[in-house]
Amino acid sequence: MRGTGNGPGWELRSRGKKDQGLPLENREKGLWVMKHIAIGILGAATLGLVASAASATTLDTVKAKGFIQCGVSTGLAGFSAPDDKGDWQGIDADFCRAVAAAVFGDGTKVKFTPLSAKERFTALQSGEIDILSRNTTWTINRDTALGLNFIGVTYYDGQGFMINAKKLPGVNSALQLSGAAVCVQSGTTTELNLADYFKANKMEYNPVVFEKLEEVNAAYDAGRCDVYTTDQSGLYGIRLTLGSPADHVVLPEIISKEPLGPAVRQGDDQWYHIVKWTYFALLQAEELGITKANVDEMKNSASPEIKRVLGQEADTKIGTDLGVSNDWVVNIVKAVGNYGEMFERNVGSGSPLKIARGINALWTKGGLQYAPPIR
Amino acid sequence: MASQEVLREEPSRGSFINDPKVRGIFFQALVVVVLVAGVWWIAHNVIDNLTRLHIASGFGFLKGRAGFDISESAIAYSSDSTYGRAILVGLLNTVIVAVVGIITATIIGFIIGIGRLSQNWLIRKICTVYVEVFRNIPPLLVIFFWYSGVLAVLPAPRDSINLPFGSFLNQRGFYFPRAVWGDGSWLIFVALLVGIAMAWFVARKARQRQMATGQQFPVLWTALALIVGLPLLAYALSGFPLTFDYPKQSTFNLTGGFQVRPEFLSLYLALSCYTAAFIAEIVRAGIRGVSRGQTEAAGALGLRPGSILRLVVVPQAMRIVIPPLTSQYLNLTKNSSLAIAIGYPDLTATAGTVLNQTGQAVEGVVIMMVIYLAISLLTSLVMNWFNAKMALVER
Repeated sequence: MRGTGNGPGWELRSRGKKDQGLPLENREKGLWVMKHIAIGILGAATLGLVASAASATTLDTVKAKGFIQCGVSTGLAGFSAPDDKGDWQGIDADFCRAVAAAVFGDGTKVKFTPLSAKERFTALQSGEIDILSRNTTWTINRDTALGLNFIGVTYYDGQGFMINAKKLPGVNSALQLSGAAVCVQSGTTTELNLADYFKANKMEYNPVVFEKLEEVNAAYDAGRCDVYTTDQSGLYGIRLTLGSPADHVVLPEIISKEPLGPAVRQGDDQWYHIVKWTYFALLQAEELGITKANVDEMKNSASPEIKRVLGQEADTKIGTDLGVSNDWVVNIVKAVGNYGEMFERNVGSGSPLKIARGINALWTKGGLQYAPPIR
Repeated sequence: MASQEVLREEPSRGSFINDPKVRGIFFQALVVVVLVAGVWWIAHNVIDNLTRLHIASGFGFLKGRAGFDISESAIAYSSDSTYGRAILVGLLNTVIVAVVGIITATIIGFIIGIGRLSQNWLIRKICTVYVEVFRNIPPLLVIFFWYSGVLAVLPAPRDSINLPFGSFLNQRGFYFPRAVWGDGSWLIFVALLVGIAMAWFVARKARQRQMATGQQFPVLWTALALIVGLPLLAYALSGFPLTFDYPKQSTFNLTGGFQVRPEFLSLYLALSCYTAAFIAEIVRAGIRGVSRGQTEAAGALGLRPGSILRLVVVPQAMRIVIPPLTSQYLNLTKNSSLAIAIGYPDLTATAGTVLNQTGQAVEGVVIMMVIYLAISLLTSLVMNWFNAKMALVER
């Protein structure tokens, strides 16, 4: 445009110059000011809008939309994986159903969001999901710097190694793995433990790192790496999905503590308590022998403790104080059963994984699962 | 004078509101205010929300210990290095794959592009098929094709394919002997540098002589002799200090030698093949853009077809080719972030892991955006300089 001698442009410029000399009229001055004020008000209004939107509680939001948005894995057998009908199955998926039962009295009011290890925390921080129930290890960093609150440990796990025994017949300990190519999922505590373990034992390894679980599985199955490392429970689940599961063995070493549990956002104590006590209610139900089958009979139990837990005590306020109905434990057990039932159905004797209760047994049976009293 | 008086008496015509200059300034100011308010609002919102959710913020995390390992690194890196260094490793991996990808894509692209204009029916059709195939498949699929379709079906390390010169090919990658430079090998590098400098000098002199006298000098052979011969001479003089570290079979993998991992190979091959198809079309368009009269005139002067292409057509075509070529280079660099799908530790992958381990999503994404922006602007800058250099100079 410049230098082309464009007619209208020149005309506009010259007219502007002429008008500069004209005196400002008061009316127009006022208009200027009014416009400025309008912009100011508009800006302030937008900011105010943001401030008020941030203050709604998670419980209110969840109740308003009518379901709980639950963050799960992209498919880990026993924890959260879609079955042949597309329904999410597993301990982690069932835990979200338990919370839905506590809040709505209906365990089906859950929508699942499959997340990679990398996406999971941002999804919770940003409010995209209400609970992160995705075989996630509880660490201090995640509890503090990431703005999360872990509510407890739904599965005590530890990191292990799996190899193809047919291809590597002589290997029966993780300490023989120096020089191996190791498949691992990125952005996990597993990745960090792996680096620590090999460093501590002065061994070398080639990390083969993928973002998605399916990509790690495919690479291991194709022979891109010699060793697969993740939580031991995960290894048993993954082994079932491989081409020939019988060829693969899980090595005996457990190299880390992996307490897996659900997490919620910081800053909403009410929601935190609802999710935390849903977990305790599952444990308490198992401890008291309340099951999916007998929960209705148990309501008329002679034991004051059972009656209290099931909300049958006269004028009870346990449920309403929490922000849910008083028969919340009944709803939870009706939806998913007690903790023991949930465990056996998904990862224990009732599942292809056949993992023993081990340290995940109740404290009364020598395990670590322990709930504070519901009273 | 008379007309001015008339203007001044007209009340509405000279109204402040209708003054285009004032209006222009007003609306520009309005846009600036809205823009600044928008950016400020977003920044304020982010900071506010981060504080409300008790999420740590700031760039201090870059000094923390990373704790994870990275499979490929151009610089020294271990799990004890900092997060900042991990991001740097990723950045270098991105730059490496982008640079070698750009070079290969340019070479393939020029060959295919010129091939599409060949007089030979078979060559022309093969090049057309190449362009149509690679141009119409998403780059991610091309990467998967190389990774899962070609490299993953290679044999396991135990049954590696033996290649000449002690190299091996298996599903863990391509292994070849690594040169180990002994004492006195600096002489070889010095000789190489001297050889290159002398070859350049010879080429300059030969050009000047041809300009002045019209006599040609065999520059290519002289240069080759200087660049290869001098280092060889230095190698012999310094007592053959070069040895090779050959890859050997061990319990799990081949050890020793130099390993090119399948993740890098597939990303590199896929990006090169994919971008080459676009470059070929740009080159074809560039050559087509040179008037046919130029070729005919050069032919009338008695130049051979090869010389016509090299001395007349390509230099003129370059002026058309370079600007769209820049876009392709930028595309290739940005497409390298698809590496994440096959686990090549590029910038997106390592910065993503850092982001996940520290939970500082906003900072992590900002770092990634700034780095990609910087790489792209730098590429544009270099290409613009090259474009200005190649532009038509009137003598």
